Amino acid sequence: MEPVAVAEPTVGIAFWILAAIILMSAFMVVSLRNIFHCALFLILCLFAVAGIFVLLNAEFLAAVQVLIYVGAVSILIIFAVMLTSDLASKKILQTNENALVAFFVCLVFAMGALVLVVNTSIWPYATQMLPEDNVAAIGKLMMTDFMLPFEVVSILMLAALIGAIMLAREERA
Amino acid sequence: MSPILASGELILVFRWLHEKLVSTGLSPLWVELITYTVLAVGMFALLAVIALFLVWWERKISAHIQQRFGPMRVGWHGWYQTIMDAIKLLQKEDVRVDTRDRGVFFWAPVICFVAAFAAYVVIPFGDGLIVADLNIGILYVMAVTTFTIISLLMAGWGSNNKYALLGGMRSAAQVVSYEVPMILSILTVVLFAGSLSMGQIVASQQGHGIFNWFIFRVPFGPLAFITYLITATAESNRTPFDIPEAEQELVAGYNVEYSGMKFAMFFLAEFVNMFTVSAIATTLFLGGWNGPFMPSWIWFLLKTLGVVFILMIFRWTFPRLRVDQLMEFAWKFLVPLTFANLILAAWMKYAKWYW
Repeated sequence: MEPVAVAEPTVGIAFWILAAIILMSAFMVVSLRNIFHCALFLILCLFAVAGIFVLLNAEFLAAVQVLIYVGAVSILIIFAVMLTSDLASKKILQTNENALVAFFVCLVFAMGALVLVVNTSIWPYATQMLPEDNVAAIGKLMMTDFMLPFEVVSILMLAALIGAIMLAREERA
Repeated sequence: MSPILASGELILVFRWLHEKLVSTGLSPLWVELITYTVLAVGMFALLAVIALFLVWWERKISAHIQQRFGPMRVGWHGWYQTIMDAIKLLQKEDVRVDTRDRGVFFWAPVICFVAAFAAYVVIPFGDGLIVADLNIGILYVMAVTTFTIISLLMAGWGSNNKYALLGGMRSAAQVVSYEVPMILSILTVVLFAGSLSMGQIVASQQGHGIFNWFIFRVPFGPLAFITYLITATAESNRTPFDIPEAEQELVAGYNVEYSGMKFAMFFLAEFVNMFTVSAIATTLFLGGWNGPFMPSWIWFLLKTLGVVFILMIFRWTFPRLRVDQLMEFAWKFLVPLTFANLILAAWMKYAKWYW
C-alpha cells in the first residue's frame, strides 16, 4: 500500500505549530521556577524538534532524537532532580539583575551565527532527492566515508562509560 | 501461505473513504484530517476492546491458577464483567489530592495512554493491515514507548506522595535498565532481516514453513526470543518484575493517588502495553501474520494472544524479585548475554551459516 501523500499545506501548518511549541517550551525551560517543570518542558521541546525532523523526511534522526534525548538524557535529568534532596518544593529564581544584559548579548551572538549560516550556505541546500531507504544509506555512510569519526565517537563513549563506573564504584579497603 | 480473505480490507476501507472525500472536492487538508481521524478512532476502538478482553482473561487465568473461578456472575463466565467495571470507573468521583502538582498530575495519565496507543501505527495486524509501514518501524516503537517512562515519573511526582514517587522512580530505573537488553535482542532480528521496517521483517520470515521464523533459527533465535520475553515482562512492569507497584511495599506504586477515569487510563494502558510487546514478539520472532489456511489477521491474533498467555502465566506463578536482584539480573546477566548473542548472530550472518 502506498502511503497517502501528505499535501503541502499540512506540512506548512505542522511546521508553524511545531516551531511555536519549540519556542514556547524552550522559553519555559529557562524561566519556570520549579525545576521539575523545566525538565518536562525540555522534553516537550526536544520532542517537537523530532517533529521538525519528520517534516524534513529524516525519520531515522527523529526516532533517535526521541530515543536518546527523551528516553535517556531527560530521564537522567529528572532522576537528578528527584534524587537531590530539598529540590522538590524549592522555587528557584532562574534570573538575576543581569538578565536583560545577558538577553542582548545572547541575541547578538545568535543573530551573528544565523547570519553567518545563511550567508555561507548554498541555497537550496538539498540538491538531490533522499534515498528511498535512508536508514540503510546512513548505515553505509557510517561504515565507509565516516568510519573514523564513528570509531572515535565509540571510543569516547566507552571511555565515558568506564569513567562513570570508576566514579560510582565503592572504594574497597 | 496465501490468506483466504482478500488482503488489506481495513486499508481498502480507508482508501475508499479517502477517494470518496477527494471526489467531494474538499480541500486536501480536510481530506487528510478526516481520513486519519477515522483511522485513529478505529484503531482506538479495536485496542480498547482488546484491552477489556485482556483484563477479563487475566482475571480468569489468575483465578484458575489459584483454583478459583474468577468473575462468574455477569454474563457467561463473567464475559462482560470488565465492560461493567469500565462503566463503573467512568461514573466514579475523580478524587484529587490538594497537594498535587496540578498540570503534571493531569497530564501523566494522558501521556501514558497516548504512548501506549502510538506504537500501533507500525504493528502489522495482517497481510496489508498496517497503518504505515515506516522504514524505521521497530525503532519508532522503541522511541514512542519511552514516553511511558516519562508518564510514570510524572504520575509519581505529581501525586506528591512518597509511595507514588518511589514507585515512579523504581519503574523508570527498571525500564531504562531493561531497555538495553531489549534493544540488543531486537537487533539480532534486525540484523538478519536487514531492515527496521515491520513489513520487511515479516516478509523475511516467509517460506520454508515455520523454519524461517526467527525463533527457529538456532542458536541465536530462541535465545533472543527468551531474552526479549524477559525484558518485555520487565518493560510492562509485570511480576516477577513488578517492584514499581509492589503492593506490600508501595501500596500501589505510581498510580496510588489516581481514581476514577484517570486510574482506568493507567490500567488500560498497562494492558495495551502488554499486547504491544506480545505483538512485537509475534512480528519479530513468530513469523508475524504468516500461516496457512486461515486469514492472516487470525494468525496474528492467535500468536499474539499465545504470547500474552505466556506473560500471564509468568505473572501468576513467579515470585517478585528484589530491587537489587532486578538490577543485577539486567546489567550483569542479560546485557552480556544479549551482547554475546548479537556478536554470534553477526558472525553467523557474515559466515553465511544460516538459511
